[in-house]
Amino acid sequence: MLVSKVSRAGILMLRGLSRGKLTPITRAGYIQRPYGQYLQPWFERQTETKVFQGSIFLKHHNFSTTTTANASEEGSEKEETISVTFVDKDGEEQHIKVPIGMSMLEAAHENDIELEGACEGSLACSTCHVIVMDVEYYNKLEDPADEENDMLDLAFGLTETSRLGCQVIAKPELDGIRLAIPAATRNFAVDGYVPKPH
Amino acid sequence: MAIFQARTWLSRSFSTLSSHPLRVCVVGSGPAGFYTAEKMLKAHQEAEVDIIDRLPTPFGLVRSGVAPDHPETKIVINQFSRVARHDRCSFFGNVTLGSSVSLLELRELYHVVVLAYGAESDRELGIPGEDLVGIHSAREFVWWYNGHPDCKNLDLDLKNTDTAVILGQGNVALDVARILLRPATELATTDIASHALAALEESSIRKVYLVGRRGPVQAACTAKELREVLGIKDLCIHLQEADLPKTPKDEEEIKNNRIQRRVYELLSKAATTGPSHPRSGQRELHFVFFRKPDRFLESDERRGHVSGVHFEKTVLKDVGDGKRIAVGTGQFEDLECGMVLKSIGYKSVPVDGLPFDHQKGVVPNIRGRVLHDTSGDATLLEEGLYVCGWLKRGPTGIIATNLYCAEETVVSISEDLNLLASKASLPKPGREGLLHLLDNRKVKFMQFSAWEKIDSTETRLGSLKNKPRDKLTTWEDLLKVARE
Repeated sequence: MLVSKVSRAGILMLRGLSRGKLTPITRAGYIQRPYGQYLQPWFERQTETKVFQGSIFLKHHNFSTTTTANASEEGSEKEETISVTFVDKDGEEQHIKVPIGMSMLEAAHENDIELEGACEGSLACSTCHVIVMDVEYYNKLEDPADEENDMLDLAFGLTETSRLGCQVIAKPELDGIRLAIPAATRNFAVDGYVPKPH
Repeated sequence: MAIFQARTWLSRSFSTLSSHPLRVCVVGSGPAGFYTAEKMLKAHQEAEVDIIDRLPTPFGLVRSGVAPDHPETKIVINQFSRVARHDRCSFFGNVTLGSSVSLLELRELYHVVVLAYGAESDRELGIPGEDLVGIHSAREFVWWYNGHPDCKNLDLDLKNTDTAVILGQGNVALDVARILLRPATELATTDIASHALAALEESSIRKVYLVGRRGPVQAACTAKELREVLGIKDLCIHLQEADLPKTPKDEEEIKNNRIQRRVYELLSKAATTGPSHPRSGQRELHFVFFRKPDRFLESDERRGHVSGVHFEKTVLKDVGDGKRIAVGTGQFEDLECGMVLKSIGYKSVPVDGLPFDHQKGVVPNIRGRVLHDTSGDATLLEEGLYVCGWLKRGPTGIIATNLYCAEETVVSISEDLNLLASKASLPKPGREGLLHLLDNRKVKFMQFSAWEKIDSTETRLGSLKNKPRDKLTTWEDLLKVARE
């Protein structure tokens, strides 16, 4: 992805600035986006996405604040983080620290890890598909909702321990989790059609 | 690992061995075009990528195909906009392959040409009555409600009938059924085209049939769309329990296919929940299986208009290789209706100078490299010419499918460039050449900034009506705003 490097300080500052910004969700799941939101630079949008994350995660609320926002509000320099390892499709590992309450998709983007996120965390695609490499960690995750399973249906290289990165939220029990980014496969079909070899 | 190393080495090779930048042209600005452009820019740090599209508005089916009540699916436009604004990328709207510039000319101007212009035509049934009034392809209907300028004046009559028959049970068929059956008040706050909203507000259609040739196990839609249509408020769902039982062959088909398994579960749950007795005026959605259209029936009162579909009942027959097809049983049944929407698949359109497989409706290719003809001979390649997206694979898959499709095509391009670089390649005019040609031909191309003007106009108009945008739906309006 064409992601220009943004300083960590810049992101922390923006997160603080946009803490108040909440995105209402209607019953139909339609998000009212602010005018010209597509013009916002990438890093601002990630912060909105994180708030949206929290909204999806705490499904029953129309307005919600994320645990991250609460944690930062305490004003302490030292946020609680967990260790996460991303293994990309070429086998290269990246070890990062993820604040509690942040989604794996957002954490990947903040660390320039190549994880696609076409719908920016709104459960409308499968491009942030990650494979939880150790089944004990997979079992520590809450079961996927129907909406996530519907998207996982379409994910490429789906496995028994696959999840959407935007739905895996950092919590203390996940410290040390390893997530693999699946390799592109040549079986493109979504309708079960198996291409004939040529 | 090897591919990753090979790719970076290959991309360095071209620019170090040659002293001029790589010039790439991508035809088509939908997901296939944009993912290809993005990956080319990344893989080749010296490359200049030009994306052309015949519409002034980019994004292909993300704008004109994705349903208005699926706004989250359109968020990918943000990523594509970042690509268009990249300093080595330029978008040229209102430039048509074939009339503004020929394929031959593009291949002379650029080192690499990638055709990603999708499928703008329809598969035909080839049965009697197909040209009766009231029969349209789903593609046209979708373009109509999404404000595509080519379908603004589609001759649609939603007031002469209460029943529509949709042939096909894929996601496009479900989209079309949903738009016909959703209360118009729910559609009023989406980016649906205003003329479509007005027509749907006055629509008399209350019953929609979704008809498939095969059974519920073979239904081509996916769980999200099915769940959504089954959950529409005040909509009565009809599904024959008799169509549900699975044969051992069905069980086998489902066993290893998660998508089909979950779709079947949703359909069987809908059947057992059973239709509540519809109140008068309540809308109905009927799933009809094992019916193949034999011919269209013409109305006696309105000559030239469709009044129904004559179906043949089918059974599934094994044709070897684990494949089963629907075959007629000689028993027939009619469904009355005033409108038919054919949702049986899109089809690509060939251009001059482009090898084309008319049977499959795609450009013959191997991993994105265009072949000289349809013989399958992999040694006869069209140098510098590639395909991506539906033009390459056929009209199936989701937006994300193009991510992997583009990856494959870009790897093929990179491998070929490496071979080219070792034989002293020539510089090409690229963007400057295209601008010169378009200028000579008086083609009024539109850059990305023109789309940004259209975008902000649509957003502003939409805010007056509590919609995310109110689309400009005529060529006239689009070109006028673009040139302001």
